[in-house]
Amino acid sequence: MGSNDFASLPYIGEAVLRKEDERFLTGAGQYTDDIQINNMVHAYFVRSPHAHAIIKSIDKRAALAAPGVVAVYDGQDVAADNVNGLPCGWLITSTNGEPMKEPPHPILCQGKARYVGDHVAMVIAETLEQARNAAELVDVDYEVLPAIADIRDAGKNGAPTIHDEAPNNHCYKWAIGEKESVDKAFEQAAHITKIDLVNNRLVPNAMEPRAAIGCYNRASDEYTLYVANQNPHVERLLLTAFVMGLPEHKVRVVAPDVGGGFGSKIYLYAEDVCVTWAAKKLNKTVKWTADRTEAFLSDAHGRDHVTHAEMAMDKDGKFLAFRVHTDANMGAYLSTFSTCIPTILYATLLAGQYTTPQIYVEVDAWFTNTAPVDAYRGAGRPEATYLLERIVSRAGWELGLSQDEIRRRNFIGEFPYQTPVALQYDTGDFHQCLNKAMELADVAGFDARRKESEAKGLLRGIGYSSYIEACGLAPSNIAGALGARAGLFECGEVRVHPTGSVTVFTGSHSHGQGHETTFAQVVAARLGIPVENVDIVHGDTGRVPFGMGTYGSRSISVGGSAIMRAIDKIEAKAKKIAAHLMEASDTDVEFANGEFTVKGTDKKVPFAQVALSAYVPHNYPLETLEPGLNETAFYDPTNFTFPAGTYICEVEINPKTGETRVDRFTAMDDFGTIINPMIVEGQVHGGLAQGIGQALMENCVYDRETAQLLTGSFMDYTMPRADDLPDFKIGHVCTPCTTNPLGTKGCGEAGAIGSPPAVINAVLDALAPLGVKDLDMPATPHRVWQAIQHAKA
Amino acid sequence: MKTELTVNGKTVSLEAEPNTLLVQALREHMGLTGTHVGCDTAQCGACTVIVDGDAIKSCNVLLAQMAGKSVTTIEGLSTADGQMHPMQQAFKDCHGLQCGFCTTGMVMSAVDLCTKHPGASEHEIRELLEGNICRCTGYQNIVRAVKQGAAQMKA
Ligand code: FES
Ligand code: FES
Repeated sequence: MGSNDFASLPYIGEAVLRKEDERFLTGAGQYTDDIQINNMVHAYFVRSPHAHAIIKSIDKRAALAAPGVVAVYDGQDVAADNVNGLPCGWLITSTNGEPMKEPPHPILCQGKARYVGDHVAMVIAETLEQARNAAELVDVDYEVLPAIADIRDAGKNGAPTIHDEAPNNHCYKWAIGEKESVDKAFEQAAHITKIDLVNNRLVPNAMEPRAAIGCYNRASDEYTLYVANQNPHVERLLLTAFVMGLPEHKVRVVAPDVGGGFGSKIYLYAEDVCVTWAAKKLNKTVKWTADRTEAFLSDAHGRDHVTHAEMAMDKDGKFLAFRVHTDANMGAYLSTFSTCIPTILYATLLAGQYTTPQIYVEVDAWFTNTAPVDAYRGAGRPEATYLLERIVSRAGWELGLSQDEIRRRNFIGEFPYQTPVALQYDTGDFHQCLNKAMELADVAGFDARRKESEAKGLLRGIGYSSYIEACGLAPSNIAGALGARAGLFECGEVRVHPTGSVTVFTGSHSHGQGHETTFAQVVAARLGIPVENVDIVHGDTGRVPFGMGTYGSRSISVGGSAIMRAIDKIEAKAKKIAAHLMEASDTDVEFANGEFTVKGTDKKVPFAQVALSAYVPHNYPLETLEPGLNETAFYDPTNFTFPAGTYICEVEINPKTGETRVDRFTAMDDFGTIINPMIVEGQVHGGLAQGIGQALMENCVYDRETAQLLTGSFMDYTMPRADDLPDFKIGHVCTPCTTNPLGTKGCGEAGAIGSPPAVINAVLDALAPLGVKDLDMPATPHRVWQAIQHAKA
Repeated sequence: MKTELTVNGKTVSLEAEPNTLLVQALREHMGLTGTHVGCDTAQCGACTVIVDGDAIKSCNVLLAQMAGKSVTTIEGLSTADGQMHPMQQAFKDCHGLQCGFCTTGMVMSAVDLCTKHPGASEHEIRELLEGNICRCTGYQNIVRAVKQGAAQMKA
């Protein structure tokens, strides 16, 4: 079935209300911390108060004597048990051919702490309160070392060395593109636009803090780990094969209801390993739940780039070449996917929607004494889009071209399109997106609105951003050649029950995306059965055959395609059963609208009857037709998918206070085929909130001298709240993806990718009359006010 | 220490340490895990419950302070036969939730908000939801849900 046939099926494109909502709305959801198990003990982590310190000694005696304490473990205990450190899932090779520096990442510090919040010891007690109190009694003797927080300090002469394995704190130098031809193209340029910018570090802040419960069954020597995680099978693989040296089938990982992830719950964390390991040691169930401050300290953070870039253009504003140098902060250790973010996922996106023929990108990755950085909503693509869409708007301003004109002149118009940075876009319609966005945003009315604002003493600006992203990371063999240490397929199992209802086991994982509904729509549409008859199971390695989880907007395109493949097999077998029932040849049997028919006759049997017959094979030719109707498929996509769109933002700024209000925000996206428009809109809204949050208020700040986290709570780290955001205007263009059977492209990250440059471009447009040319995110009132004062001076 | 209070219409008597927070009592002692904990600074609103008619953050009060009071949690919002409260239904209809973690607290705040300000405008609703953080929805559909819920609560 091709994507066009698929899009016209019933249920596809329908705003079916979510199946999962009732349990969430009545408090019946079950998040990890909600799980209570008999004989459960509680873990609390002693975390380093210093960013960089030698651990000279740990005295556990007082803690061990405290009420309720069951055990206190430190790095020595881990080492004695041969528990390995956390692996990094992606190997990057430096331009000189050397592998990246990959220092050990122990689950409990081995002799040294490398960021504030690093895991020094684990205290386990009967109650959480006892564990927390006893943690105070663990006496750690630290020798404090000088620390690095800012990436710009990491490579300086005389900077302290964080890992002996990584001299100068350098992890890798990586590049893509032909430097010489890019340099040559710059010599031909009529105009060069330059930009220096910072992509600010963010804290993902899923509302459910991370949590993990390790269980051990001595009788069967089996473990169960309940964990707030986005990809339980990958968690299990890393935990068993790389860290604990256990056979995978002895460990079941369950990620029950998960309260948001945004990337922060993709990774294998030290705490997950610690509770699993301790469960066997103590023969008890060990529970740990982060409090919010721990989440700030120890969840993998996002972004944190410093970039210098230059765009070479001809006299008409056509892009000739793009040259980029980025320094990327890895934090103190390499988190699971950290290394591929500023390289594979960032640099390859720097063609954007444009025909720039030559691109050269160079990335230096550094260690600092900060929490590890990894993928956060969009992962590399927001950083790429922010850079490109800032420099494009600036180029337009410098050349006197409007923000839409500079884009139009450079848009890719024909597909497929091979970019100079590895990707091949299959479909898109960038002009249509821009035009429709401008219409929906009422750009024509902007001047009048600006005058109204001016009359009130306010500044108004409009900003554009035309993003493209790459979703559904693929295919496995290319990713492998680029250093991936995991596959990028997805698995789906479809079990048709005798009564015709269906259970689907998917390796994707829903943590707010509504898979139980969207996936059920896909299956119901394809089989021609009511959506109520389809149940989706995910998040449990004990039930789902295999999976790679949910991140990078891969669920429907990759996970949904795997399910489609499984249904293809179901259909093929069901046709044989139907042929048997109708005494026809299976090559004459057709399937549509939930019915099997025989070509050229009026014979038909409904799907449910075929299902029943599969399990009541009384007069089957059993030598050729097996009973049952279950099928499993693995799907490895041939290419990424490429959602794209144009976002337009209008802000109003009070020049007296620097306060910026987003007055209008328009998002015009091309997600290919849309299964459930209500869910898609919700995803866009959420992404926009995070992107606007990054642009205007969110900022993770470490003290530059001490590397203490200054924004360690919701009191210091500004989260967007209801009255910080406008009502968004959302529209769609549809060019179906050609590389998967659904035609879908993915929608989860678009909002967070496309919005930051639109907001900052709008802010700069508003401030332009005052002479402000540059501003880094977040554009807080203080920063905007300062920029205005500097421009005046 | 013993505290007597009413939870979701039933009188209960709980024996707990004096420093037990209301949210702990609900989640750990009574198994009412619909009330969530999202922060440690009384900033996120995930733990919101209604006490004697006012929405409060249950991570910020002690169980002992609840003596003689009446607490309603998300589990007590539906009718006895399981019919969802109009505000719960409105959240479902308007897709006012994604991961569901902030949702129970959000619904409790919304019920309180609409009881006290039945005619609140969109702008007012946004201001009145200040105490609750949602990381998933971008708030737009929550605001729609609150509007619909308010209308249905009046009806
Ligand atoms: S948990 Fe109570 S306000 Fe966050
Ligand atoms: S629905 Fe996930 S935090 Fe609000």
